[in-house]
Amino acid sequence: MARAIILLIWHNPMHVSVAPIALSYVPTALSQYIKLIKGHNYQTKKNKDMGELKLMKGNEAIAEAAIREGVDAYFGYPITPQSEVLEYLMAEQPEKRTGMVVLQAESELAAINMVYGAAAVGKKVLTTSSSPGISLYQEGISYIAGAELPCVIANVVRGGPGLGTIQPSQADYFQTVKGGGHGDYKLFTLAPSSVQEMADFVSLGFEIAFKYRTPVMILSDGMIGQMMEKVELKEQKPRWTDEEIKKMHDKWATIGKTPDRERNIITSLNLDSAIQEKHNHKLQAKFRKMEAEEVRYELFNTDDAEYLMVAYGSSARIAQKSIALARAKGIKVGLLRPITLFPFPEKPLADLTPQLKGILSVELSAGQMIEDVKLAVQCKVRVEHYGRFGGMIHSPEEVLTAFEQTFIGK
Amino acid sequence: MKLQEIIKEENLVYKRTPLMTDNVLSYCPGCGHGTAHRIVMEVIEEMGVQADTIGIAPVGCSVLAYDFMNIDMVQAAHGRAPAVATGIKRTWPDKFVFTYQGDGDLAAIGTAETIHACNRGENITIIFINNGIYGMTGGQMAPTTIEGMKTSTSPYGRDLQLMGNPLKITELVAQLPGTYFVARHSVHNPAAVRKTKRAVQKAFQIQKERKGLAFIEIVSNCNSGWKLPPVKANQWMVENMFPFFPPGDIKVDGELVKKE
Repeated sequence: MARAIILLIWHNPMHVSVAPIALSYVPTALSQYIKLIKGHNYQTKKNKDMGELKLMKGNEAIAEAAIREGVDAYFGYPITPQSEVLEYLMAEQPEKRTGMVVLQAESELAAINMVYGAAAVGKKVLTTSSSPGISLYQEGISYIAGAELPCVIANVVRGGPGLGTIQPSQADYFQTVKGGGHGDYKLFTLAPSSVQEMADFVSLGFEIAFKYRTPVMILSDGMIGQMMEKVELKEQKPRWTDEEIKKMHDKWATIGKTPDRERNIITSLNLDSAIQEKHNHKLQAKFRKMEAEEVRYELFNTDDAEYLMVAYGSSARIAQKSIALARAKGIKVGLLRPITLFPFPEKPLADLTPQLKGILSVELSAGQMIEDVKLAVQCKVRVEHYGRFGGMIHSPEEVLTAFEQTFIGK
Repeated sequence: MKLQEIIKEENLVYKRTPLMTDNVLSYCPGCGHGTAHRIVMEVIEEMGVQADTIGIAPVGCSVLAYDFMNIDMVQAAHGRAPAVATGIKRTWPDKFVFTYQGDGDLAAIGTAETIHACNRGENITIIFINNGIYGMTGGQMAPTTIEGMKTSTSPYGRDLQLMGNPLKITELVAQLPGTYFVARHSVHNPAAVRKTKRAVQKAFQIQKERKGLAFIEIVSNCNSGWKLPPVKANQWMVENMFPFFPPGDIKVDGELVKKE
């Protein structure tokens, strides 16, 4: 396997185009340069352990992974570029495969509140949408965070603001990481950069969601959602039985008051501010624990790096190619790819800072993650942003040129 | 006969259902919410389904319904209770799921959730308290505020030209194929309380038999918001609300009740 060709195929009758983008992202070939942190097994395994291999779109992979994860319910509303998730699930009829419920809601407002309901009874529940729909989710996400309910939400981001465009974007970073809904809460955020990670982060997302009783966001984008790649699918996990849910979650889930316990109440309301402050302290302690224990990231060519690119998701895929082009010209540049955006990999970035002459935050936005990069390096090194946005995608060459103009002076 | 001789188990004619908690109701004296709560809890007790019932509290005066109903409850965002109920019922169809919502919650901000849950025929029970006003926020105009009725945001009375018409959402949802039983009652006197209880019993029985959605409107008073003492508020309700919101069955066994 020498080179993976990624095809972006858009399901848009107004815009039928097939744009081949060649990216040299081959995990096995590059593994010698890649340090994987946290040891989560999201990379292709050796042949003998291999699960079922399929060529799938990112949106299809998340749907299939959800069925295999033993997810109990999916609620969603159509929106480009993520409608394939709901379409795939409806076509697969998971109610026959596992008993999973799939329902098309009347709006995103309804969808996220159906999620809230299913999460309140201890079920594994997933929803997906794209930027304008995720804006409508914010009320529900704030309630879910406040009421401490587990669920997984995926945002296949498109360009904004407003109705924007249906092409890929990373302009929802602020909304996701800085708390798009009201109140003091943080959204645990996983940023997949491959179709494989779209599938794998479903399982990881539910693991985190139930460990912390918190909503988890998979912050993807139109490129990862629409492109097709080889994906290794896990074995089918059985769905939790009602008895298992009762055993695990009877302390908090509203599954029916039995004589042996007090009634369970799922609410985010405390009219007594002193109690609400205490509740907020509890939430903050949870977020601090995530920062201490759940940071995930990937380093690429950083051992001898004098410069660093920081990029996540599809932009990290492009930046990897830019780095290869730079290395070919003798420029020592590496990449830090945050996998969790909250918690942000602050310490690894700070640890790398002493060896660096400059950092380029490469994002498909006008520059949002750059704020967290700057906070992490605390003005000890120059940090600049480069990125196309509004649905445009930068090429590896464009990134390299911007990098050279910014830091090398060409 | 001394009082102590009367207070005996064998002389008991009525007792509060244990499905109501000991918490002091947060409702204004004379408000219908307490009676409506008790009716729903009595029905759940009599059916013996406390361990299998999940209630959804709205935003509004009854946001704290979970303080008073001794069952597992979920508090929903404003208007979203039918969606929350859908999420629970779809994933746990054996449970009894009901929403308890006011007029602002159900018929204004939650109109879409109400209509679509009813239209899908979710096998849930919706208890709708209509007092024609936003009580919790201090008496503003509601979607069910009748013509000429004074509220803090219609201080000269509801002007239909300016503020639009009151919404008969109960008649509206009765038109939808997903609703199986739709009725409007009240709790202002013992006869009305008995009728309401029979309707709530029927609604939960329909859910048990998985026949579809049951929707019970309870026209109620808001003495604080209406600025009337409880007895006068109930008189005002009978004289002014009932002509526009007439009590009675609207849809029974999936068929609209024909008007004489």
